[in-house]
Amino acid sequence: MGRQSTLPWGAAGESPASLLLKYCLSGHPTLPCNVLKFKSTTIMLDCGLDMTSTLNFLPLPLVQSPRLSKLPGWVLKDGNTFLDKELKECSGHVFVDSVPEFCLPETELLDLSTVDVILISNYHCMMALPYITEYTGFTGTVYATEPTVQIGRLLMEELVNFIERVPKAQSASLWKNKEVQRLLPAPLKDAVEVSTWRRCYTVPEVNAALSKIQLVGYSQKIELFGAVQVTPLSSGYALGSSNWIIQSHYEKVSYVSGSSLLTTHPQAMDQASLKNSDVLILTGLTQIPTANPDGMVGEFCSNLAMTVRNGGNVLVPCYPSGVIYDLLECLYQYIDSAGLSNVPFYFISPVANSSLEFSQIFAEWLCHNKQTKVYLPEPPFPHAELIQTNKLKHYPSIHGDFSNDFKQPCVVFTGHPSLRFGDVVHFMELWGKSSLNTVIFTEPDFSYLDALAPYQPLAMKCVYCPIDTRLNFIQVSKLLKEVQPLHVVCPEQYTQPPPTQSHRTDLMIDCQPPAMSYRRAEVLTLPFRRRYEKIEIMPELADSLVPLEIKPGISLATVSAVLHTKDNKHVLQPPPKPTQPPASKKRKRVSDDAPECKPLKPLLSGSIPMDQFVQTLEKHGFSDVKVEDTAKGHIVLLQEAETLIQIEEDSTHIICDNDETLRVKLRDLVLKFLQKF
Amino acid sequence: MDRECSQLLPSVCAVLADSRQLVADDTFLEKFLDWFKTLTETESSLLLLQENPCLTELITCVLKLKDPSSSTLSFILRLTGIFAASESCFQYLQQRELLISLFGEVGPLSSALWEEASVRSGWVQGVHSMVQHQSALHFLCNCGAIDVIFTLQGDPSLFVASAANQLLVHMLTFSLQSFQTKLVNIKDCDWPVCAQKLIVHIEESLKSNSASRIKQSLKLLTSMFGCCHDLWTEVLWSQLSERIVYLLEEKPVHAWHSLVDLFLSMARSPVFSCPECSLWTSVTCALEHLNPAQVGRLAVGVLKLQECPQAVRIQALSVLLQPMDCVLKAASQPLEYPGLLNRSVNDSATVETLLSCRSSCASLLCQTLAHLEELQYLTYLPVDLPYIPLLQSVVTILQFCIGLATPASCLGNKISRILIGCFRVQRSALDILGALSHRESHSVFMGSVSDILLAYLKSPDTSPTVLKKSFQATLKWLVRLSEAPSSRDHWQQTEQFLRDLFLVLQKRLCSPYWEVRDSALEFLTLLVKHLREKDGFRQVLFSSEVPKLMEDLLEDPESYVRASAVTAMGQLSLLTQLISKMPGIENGNGKEKSIVAQLQEILSTDSEGFPRRAVISVFIDWLKEGHPDVLKDTEQFVSSVLQAVNSDLDWEVKAGGLELAEVFSAQTLGRLGLAACPYAAVSSSATRSTHLSESLQIFCRVKLFEFLFGALCDCDRPVAQKACDILITLKAELCEESSLREGTRAGLSTEAHGIAWLEETLRRWSSCAEPCPRGNADGAGSQDPNGVLLVLRTVDLEGLHGSLNRSSDHIEKSPQSLLQDILATVGTLEDNEADCY
Repeated sequence: MGRQSTLPWGAAGESPASLLLKYCLSGHPTLPCNVLKFKSTTIMLDCGLDMTSTLNFLPLPLVQSPRLSKLPGWVLKDGNTFLDKELKECSGHVFVDSVPEFCLPETELLDLSTVDVILISNYHCMMALPYITEYTGFTGTVYATEPTVQIGRLLMEELVNFIERVPKAQSASLWKNKEVQRLLPAPLKDAVEVSTWRRCYTVPEVNAALSKIQLVGYSQKIELFGAVQVTPLSSGYALGSSNWIIQSHYEKVSYVSGSSLLTTHPQAMDQASLKNSDVLILTGLTQIPTANPDGMVGEFCSNLAMTVRNGGNVLVPCYPSGVIYDLLECLYQYIDSAGLSNVPFYFISPVANSSLEFSQIFAEWLCHNKQTKVYLPEPPFPHAELIQTNKLKHYPSIHGDFSNDFKQPCVVFTGHPSLRFGDVVHFMELWGKSSLNTVIFTEPDFSYLDALAPYQPLAMKCVYCPIDTRLNFIQVSKLLKEVQPLHVVCPEQYTQPPPTQSHRTDLMIDCQPPAMSYRRAEVLTLPFRRRYEKIEIMPELADSLVPLEIKPGISLATVSAVLHTKDNKHVLQPPPKPTQPPASKKRKRVSDDAPECKPLKPLLSGSIPMDQFVQTLEKHGFSDVKVEDTAKGHIVLLQEAETLIQIEEDSTHIICDNDETLRVKLRDLVLKFLQKF
Repeated sequence: MDRECSQLLPSVCAVLADSRQLVADDTFLEKFLDWFKTLTETESSLLLLQENPCLTELITCVLKLKDPSSSTLSFILRLTGIFAASESCFQYLQQRELLISLFGEVGPLSSALWEEASVRSGWVQGVHSMVQHQSALHFLCNCGAIDVIFTLQGDPSLFVASAANQLLVHMLTFSLQSFQTKLVNIKDCDWPVCAQKLIVHIEESLKSNSASRIKQSLKLLTSMFGCCHDLWTEVLWSQLSERIVYLLEEKPVHAWHSLVDLFLSMARSPVFSCPECSLWTSVTCALEHLNPAQVGRLAVGVLKLQECPQAVRIQALSVLLQPMDCVLKAASQPLEYPGLLNRSVNDSATVETLLSCRSSCASLLCQTLAHLEELQYLTYLPVDLPYIPLLQSVVTILQFCIGLATPASCLGNKISRILIGCFRVQRSALDILGALSHRESHSVFMGSVSDILLAYLKSPDTSPTVLKKSFQATLKWLVRLSEAPSSRDHWQQTEQFLRDLFLVLQKRLCSPYWEVRDSALEFLTLLVKHLREKDGFRQVLFSSEVPKLMEDLLEDPESYVRASAVTAMGQLSLLTQLISKMPGIENGNGKEKSIVAQLQEILSTDSEGFPRRAVISVFIDWLKEGHPDVLKDTEQFVSSVLQAVNSDLDWEVKAGGLELAEVFSAQTLGRLGLAACPYAAVSSSATRSTHLSESLQIFCRVKLFEFLFGALCDCDRPVAQKACDILITLKAELCEESSLREGTRAGLSTEAHGIAWLEETLRRWSSCAEPCPRGNADGAGSQDPNGVLLVLRTVDLEGLHGSLNRSSDHIEKSPQSLLQDILATVGTLEDNEADCY
């Protein structure tokens, strides 16, 4: 058997493995969870946890809140009170009075136990990991960078801590009944897949999930079953955040998730390696495309200074890692000029200390400027100095030392940005009644109006300064022009202007060909076909080849070999020598991997020049040669011999009346014009 | 030429003629030429050459040199041109065949040095200087120089090309100067030979296929029509107009830039102002055929003209309004704005294409907005501007730029995508928005202008430069509205706007960007200055946090911001004082005192110059406007300020201190009836003497003279000049009568003393703690009136005034010095070269 080293796979003979399938398990464009089936491997790209579901729940106060406990139960229009224990009403909004629950990625679309690997882009996109690794029979490996794992762990631990330290006896489930849900007011009525919502995982589950992670470094090439190679690239968004290249020898898929081109603390984004992609999956763009981070930082500082100068306190609900580092750096430069040197800054989180310390040790994952500081040596982030000079103090919670040190007016950074759990709930209750105080929202993950709903009526000022450093649409447009992928695949939200600003056609992806969009629970056949497979040829077999130059620079050789396929690698091995069957014994059955080799006929190539061919025929005694041109070639008529030679591009037929001698003679004349090899 | 120069000149010429002796600094040559230019204007050139044969020898020698330097050759060409400008001198030089050797075909033209642009430039300039008489023209026509000039029009050196063009303009206008009277029915065959040659060249160039030749000729015509307004220009135009129109009708119009320049130049000439002139047909054709991006400059130029057919003006205005009309229609607007144009002048598809393309949209809009803004400042606009739709279109552009406009068409979508975040367009649109405030209309302001201004002022994405423009536009509107007679309701609405504005200002004053804090303070200063009479404004201001924040910014780490805060507080303090005079309004008077002290502290201690300069300006304003805290003890105030300024090293602070001293002295003398008011009642000499003595004592108490004399000795000339001016004024007031009497009584000589003596006296004053005995100028302290008066009389202020007014290099500027310098530098080049090793 003989095969070219690259195999064109025609549409007719298409194997299912040649299609690229993408399963979308999350509808949240910045908390993605996608599965890619590519060359017999099943790769999960991120497992983000949509926490906006918690906005439907009442906050978990750290200390008994008379206000929350006195909220009236919700009564149906017809006066039915069967839900009044589960649902409470606050300023016209209805909330579930229960332990907050999260909306998990889709688990029914495909069997998640078949997932081979999970690639994590950044610490925000791994929050659903325990649900996947501990509940679905997952046996594969998770790949992530070290800062992603460490900070991801902090985020998970903080989340578990926030929820577990305020045990709630009640677990509401009645309202989830489809018939009941239909009767509820919005947004509860419209909440999707409430039956799949789950409570938070536990610390052991977090530990078990994280134990399945294998650490990787930027640009490290990881082979998956010999079929594909995956490589993390710096994405510039957060410490250790990555985009991923998933490639085989002839195909390249880029997965861009949560990237930033701004100069903040992480290492800059690697754009060059994304070039020449067949498909670029684009997720994790900025959630607030109209808010420029620079302008928002300015707003943040101005509002903070105004509040503190008027004797008010500032509350900043935030995650324990990420933008907070940049905010502290801005404040470090700003507080002296704004006359705020004597105002204490408090950072309260069960993981505050670890977060501040981790940030200083991941030097290799930082931007160039910060890396150079390490060699001086200086701490890369100035929050070290803020801590040293007692301007910034951090505490695991409001209990303990914090209550002794607490001085007002002050600025408090604490979680959770949803305002449903964590120390922030306490400060909302404490400061909400005074118009001197301000809550400044900097995290873009939650609608600030929804977050504030259970605290109404609220006297404190609310300022929305979402700082989202991820790519905006202008940057995406430049990026796509730069890296020129053949196809772009993105969440459907990116293919149309935001619903609230339908006239802003600049706030969508604009590329050619138009981007393919996907939504939750959708399976997408990606628009490219795998056409080639690489096959290696063994040296001894290569030695035996005799190439024949047919055109200058192009040589051909026939190959007889055995195709050996193992671990998705294909190798052409020399064929076994034909063995003489032992005379006395019965001929052995030919084994599968050593097929019988038949003597080869030479291959022919070349074209027949008609004029010369006619002359040759005439020389050999055919006098009445007529040539007719056809669509595909020529027909040579030998009237006397009642013979017809049909010469086409890829075939030649000699049609004569049972005159084998004549046919052989004519065949030999035709063959004279062709090359053999 | 004076004798000394005549004696030096041969040596200088010898140096210049010697190719081995390189003149190190060729600016000498330029100065040398300037000197000769001046000389030939006042003396006979021929005489100059005859009396100084070295000059002719110099020209001859350089011509004979095998390898002259390009700078020397260029110099000789220009020098010869200057001499040849005189006809007699021309003949003199021609007899010696120097002109043909220099400007003819055998001269530098055929040498290798012609490759040097400086030589070609010298040649053109020499010819230009020479063409002052017909003989020169004939000479040039005969020696083939005109063809050389034609070639030089396309010279690779832009300087040479431009000079050649100017030369042709000069030759053409000169050759036709004497034909003025015959012009009424002149035909082309009547042109003088030289002019004929040039005109044929222009015609041929315009008919050629070479874009560069066409542009050269258009440039030539532009310059010519710009500088020459003789009647023959009209005849020339009639000969060329057909070809020009043909150029306009070509697609694409390559030379549109030059054509616009030409039409603008011609339109300003009185020769073409007649409405029937064919120029207007061509201008109309240009307005029709060129696209709005090309023709905007012409349109605005046309609208600025005093004399122009009304139809052309209307068309020009339509050209400018068309892009605005397109923008207005591209956005969903309320129906009350039908658009800017009744009809479309141009193919609107062209404008739409320009607006839908990223590269042309912003530049077309910026250009159109700038042109329309220019029109707002014209005292008289001869066409009706559709004010309201124009304003609405500007607002729409601003809305597009921050994503607030809703596109109504495909074009709108494209414009929206292009303009969002485009700072250039934002700045231009805000400029014109401010300019449109002159047609103040309260309803318009409250309708859309106030909203868009607040949107820009509030938006965190507004760049600092755009924010500054937004402040400027807001100020213009508020000032206009405050000046306009308006109903109570109107002003109440404005007050609501002010309340919103002050909320924004609070935030902007806390901005982490110093440019923003600075702009906000500048805006506040002007706002307080212009609106301080408005009750409502004051109430909004003082009910906000802004005054406190302004005061906090006196300690800003950025010196520019501190300076702006000082100026703003200066205005605010005047306003607070104004309120304090009103019954029923309390103000923190105690606080005000601290403001004066704070500013004085900044003046004495701030390490940066800007805040100190700002403080002194504020103090001058306070003194002029009679700030109550200053009036309470003006002497103490002035004394402390002068003391602080005296030790300041910044000359601008000192100059400010001098202005303060000037105001104070004028006020003191005026208060005592000694001001130079022509209508003031003449006081008796005894009263006057008493008042003079009183003033003098006041001046001595505040140590005014010590400060002024100190400043007179200052090494910064502007400071010394200013001090000298003030002292001369004071001397005239104080010394006119008393000086002689006092001087005689003291038995002192009235010999004038200079700076050295004054410095010595000041030193003695500073070491003399107590006033010294009267009449002893040498030993008197600065607080002794008589001693001071004697010094004032004795110092040669007039002499100092004269020397201070002369520039520092007045001695070095003389021709003699120039010649000596040339001689002195010769030979130093080698030394310098040796030094390099």
